[in-house]
Amino acid sequence: MATVAEDGIATTPGGHGRWAALALVAPALVVVGVFFVVPLLLSAVGAFRAADGGFTLAHFEKSLELYARDLMFTLGIVALSTALIAVVAIAIAGYLTLGESPRAVAVLRWLYRWPLFIPFVVTGQVMRTFLAKNGMLNHALIGTGLIEPISAQSMLDWRGIVIAFVWKQAPFVTLLVAGAMAALAREHIEAARNLGAPRWRVLLDIVLPQVRGTLLVGLVLSFVTMLSVLSVPLMINPNSPTMITVDVAYRINTFADYAVANALCLLTLLLAAFGAAFYLRHAVRRAESTS
Amino acid sequence: MTLAARLGTNVLRALLLALFAFAIFGPLLNLGLWAFAERWYFPSKLPLEYGFTFWARVFAPRGNAIASLGTSIWIALLTVAFSLAVAIPAGYALGRLKLPLRGAILLAFLLPQAVPNLPVYVNIAQVFYQIGLAGTITGVVLVHASHGLVLAVWIASAAFASVDGSLEEAARNIGASAWTCFRTITLPLAAPGLMASAIFVFLESLDEFTGTYFVGVPDVTTLPLLMFNASMGGNYQIASITALLLLVPSIGFMLVVERFLKADVLAMVGR
Repeated sequence: MATVAEDGIATTPGGHGRWAALALVAPALVVVGVFFVVPLLLSAVGAFRAADGGFTLAHFEKSLELYARDLMFTLGIVALSTALIAVVAIAIAGYLTLGESPRAVAVLRWLYRWPLFIPFVVTGQVMRTFLAKNGMLNHALIGTGLIEPISAQSMLDWRGIVIAFVWKQAPFVTLLVAGAMAALAREHIEAARNLGAPRWRVLLDIVLPQVRGTLLVGLVLSFVTMLSVLSVPLMINPNSPTMITVDVAYRINTFADYAVANALCLLTLLLAAFGAAFYLRHAVRRAESTS
Repeated sequence: MTLAARLGTNVLRALLLALFAFAIFGPLLNLGLWAFAERWYFPSKLPLEYGFTFWARVFAPRGNAIASLGTSIWIALLTVAFSLAVAIPAGYALGRLKLPLRGAILLAFLLPQAVPNLPVYVNIAQVFYQIGLAGTITGVVLVHASHGLVLAVWIASAAFASVDGSLEEAARNIGASAWTCFRTITLPLAAPGLMASAIFVFLESLDEFTGTYFVGVPDVTTLPLLMFNASMGGNYQIASITALLLLVPSIGFMLVVERFLKADVLAMVGR
């Protein structure tokens, strides 16, 4: 990679190269700056600004007073979804790597990725019908005799949001993790298998530690994404307690209350901060080492 | 392993795969049923009557859906044009040239992936409202492009980085100018990657909901917004038909994506 970059310099002669390169990046940087970084800063400013322009913490007090429960609800849902996504992704990617039946591996590889690019808003609609009291899930459970018709219940509450999130995001993390697992050297795996280690031990003790970075990146991206999804909670569980995104939309649409909306946004950012910091450090380091 | 044990393993494996297939396709099948249901009440398991009445309504020449589809595609095309126009030079610089402050620049292009987008949309909407961009196609395109751009930059920089530098050197040695060399050697070789980034940005824009929800109201109704409104209004048939329309490009892309992109580039994608 380094030699490619060296050759690249040859195409922009002289000492102007660095400035020419900056000029090429500048328009894109300006767009990201104006339409992403500035609004983000405005959010931080708006959350602390009183009606008279002074500094205040009143918006945060009001946010916590009204929405503390929803903050916990949001954190709980997103944390649970992330944990379930991790389990599903490790299980599927692990079977794709260590599975012994080629046919089952091929079927699974074809199956798991269908929700990959389905937008959240469509996922919301899909789950809204599937998980309803009269949805296919209940009919399937009744049809197989697992539950009585009388005990069929709607799952359109926190469970529905978690199911929608896992259904939509697990294929993404699986794709990343399976890709990383496929790139591993097979010798250790073969050696452990030859020594008689069961497959789940090989997965947890040998394969998983080597793909930990990729798994964490996928999980962090999913965590941050789920924190700012509006459509799924609006469609599946719009009533209190609900996710913070719904509250933000409500403050704006009903009261044009941007101050509390921004305070809530900032609290969401706080929830995401740890994950984001980890991801940015990891990604920058990797990008710098490979190009 | 005894014959019985092996049979047991096979049955268990088939059962688990069937269960997984239901988890993936059950929800989609349910959506398909709703799209073709004329009447469907509790507690019947399947629609009472199938038909195309709602399809006729959705595809009526002056129907909202056709208008929204047009709006969505127009916005997506403009977003692709705008994003690529700024992303191709940036991707080239990141992929091929020596940049000062490289780490900080990379960080700026990673930020939109690592930070929840809701605060951004909320405040852009407020600013756009003050300067008259709220509820306009331009406003929505700018919001979509600021996100799509980031994907495009990453995919384009990967595409440029993978072009063999010795070919460019050969062209320069026989007297081609830097621009001729870029136009006739570098750009064509990076074209498949750039095509992939165009498709990605197009899909992102087509599927985008939250930004349009805040910035597009009340005049710009894209297909995802139309679907959402129909669903919240209790019209499951219209919502399901619109959802099916949105599923076609998503699933089509999913089926061919690995020919275009490696998994590490896909890591950049997450709504």
